[in-house]
Amino acid sequence: MAVLELSNISKHFGAIQAVNDVSLSIEPGEVVGLMGDNGAGKSTLVKMIAGNFRPSEGTMKMDGAELILHKPVEARRHGIEIVHQDLALCNNLTAAANVFLGRELRRGFGPFAVLDYATMYRRAGELFKELKSETRPRDLVKKMSGGQRQAVAIARTRLSNAKIVLMDEPTAAISVRQVAEVLSLIHRLRDQGIAVVLISHRMPDVFSVADRVIVLRRGRKVADKKIASSSPEEVTGLITGAIEQV
Amino acid sequence: MAISTLDQTIGQKQQSWLSGVLGSQTFWVFIAVVAACIFLSFATDAFATSKNLYNITRNVTFVAIIALGMTLVIITGGIDLSVGSVLCLCSMVLGVTMHAGYGIEVGIAASIATALIIGAFNGVLIAYLGFPPFVVTLGMLSVARSLAMVASNNTVVFQFGPDHDLLLSLGGGAWFFGIANPVLYMIVLALITGFVLRWTRFGRYVYAIGGNEHAATLTGVPVKPIKVAVYMISALSAGIAGIIQTGWLGAITTNLGAGLELQVIAAAVIGGANLAGGIGTATGALIGAALIEIIRNSLGLLGINAFWQGTFIGSAIILAVLFERIRNFRQSE
Repeated sequence: MAVLELSNISKHFGAIQAVNDVSLSIEPGEVVGLMGDNGAGKSTLVKMIAGNFRPSEGTMKMDGAELILHKPVEARRHGIEIVHQDLALCNNLTAAANVFLGRELRRGFGPFAVLDYATMYRRAGELFKELKSETRPRDLVKKMSGGQRQAVAIARTRLSNAKIVLMDEPTAAISVRQVAEVLSLIHRLRDQGIAVVLISHRMPDVFSVADRVIVLRRGRKVADKKIASSSPEEVTGLITGAIEQV
Repeated sequence: MAISTLDQTIGQKQQSWLSGVLGSQTFWVFIAVVAACIFLSFATDAFATSKNLYNITRNVTFVAIIALGMTLVIITGGIDLSVGSVLCLCSMVLGVTMHAGYGIEVGIAASIATALIIGAFNGVLIAYLGFPPFVVTLGMLSVARSLAMVASNNTVVFQFGPDHDLLLSLGGGAWFFGIANPVLYMIVLALITGFVLRWTRFGRYVYAIGGNEHAATLTGVPVKPIKVAVYMISALSAGIAGIIQTGWLGAITTNLGAGLELQVIAAAVIGGANLAGGIGTATGALIGAALIEIIRNSLGLLGINAFWQGTFIGSAIILAVLFERIRNFRQSE
């Protein structure tokens, strides 16, 4: 059964039709590349799944049950985790503090509960190990490389039982070596049965990790096909409009 | 083998405890304070006397207590310019209430309520309506002092009704081993602030908001309520300092605490708080306040014209931040 299913989703802002009648479904453990030019509706679509916007029309289903989100926090509660394009990290805090931001572990009870540093460091260390990333829980994020910062942002998604992880341009601003690191992090998520939606401009990234590619143009879905049966040339054509629809 | 190196890397600490201390601005300012004390004990006869030390420790407290609240505001990336006026208004509310014949409990309750209302007003405008903190608190600086004048009709209040003596001993006494009462209040408040910043979720969120407010919002941190709370805490600290100072001085004028906000901000910044947000400690606030007071005290004892005071305090601010800059340059190289 599909973990996430969108049926006939539309979103308009006043007279502007940002997303128009898009349907798609995502299976557990599947990596889907979501592509499209600027203004194609990728961000709007993702923001609806993330709970930032409510669709104007259409329905979303999670594990077969209807999904209505009012706030981003609710998306998280349903097992939808987002890795934001800017990663949403606090430079002045440690890696562990960032991983647990908003979900701090505490010990003691009631008003006497204090932050449980030891457990948070240990858990964060385990998550980094699981992601095979050389990231130290006690380091300040300020001093980290782009790949390590990605690892911190991705480790966050592993705190809860995420079913689907949306990654917004995770490879846009990092070096080539770090891109490889991030792509292998995506593989790790997939291996654990988590569905990943990869929003990206970079054709090679999508073709190296995704199982399927969905292309949006001017708010409409113009392609939804297996990576194996497509090609970068075809996808480029679909993004630009040289190829109308497949 | 590869797994064990990964384990080792992850388990490694970035820096030892010692290098962490040596790298902090607060530590170096502390060294400066200690060095100045040692120098002054040898250079003057008057410095290391119990009377002078009693004076210094007591004088430090008013700036230090407010600097604790200010540090929280600064960590979130804000600023509170209204503290000097809020101190005056809270003193005046206390004075006028007690002068009217109410007990000290009523006076203190009214005074603290005033502080919290002002803090909440500042905080709501800043957090929910998106006003710049500088503008809101600058406005409040003017409003609060004016209200203090209205409340007292711009007279000096020096009779505090039935609990007059209790109020004076509360602020001017030394109930515990000859340590001035205000110093005890300062220590207790500093311990509470330090604990909250390091060990509570609230403290963690205060740092997170200063580090990256947008990220804090996205990760579900209740940014707006916390911002309101820090401005309430800042005003509360000014209110508490006002109550203590009233007891110590025994009289309230409407120019009480004028210009104090700049001293408080200076103390916080000298102690390592970063006006850009995200960095600051309770210890730093105390040490910064101590350095300012020692500069003031020593100039008098060394017979240097008091007009030089501003130059020395100003230089201390710039020097303290200069160290921070040098450290950043080294790191970025």
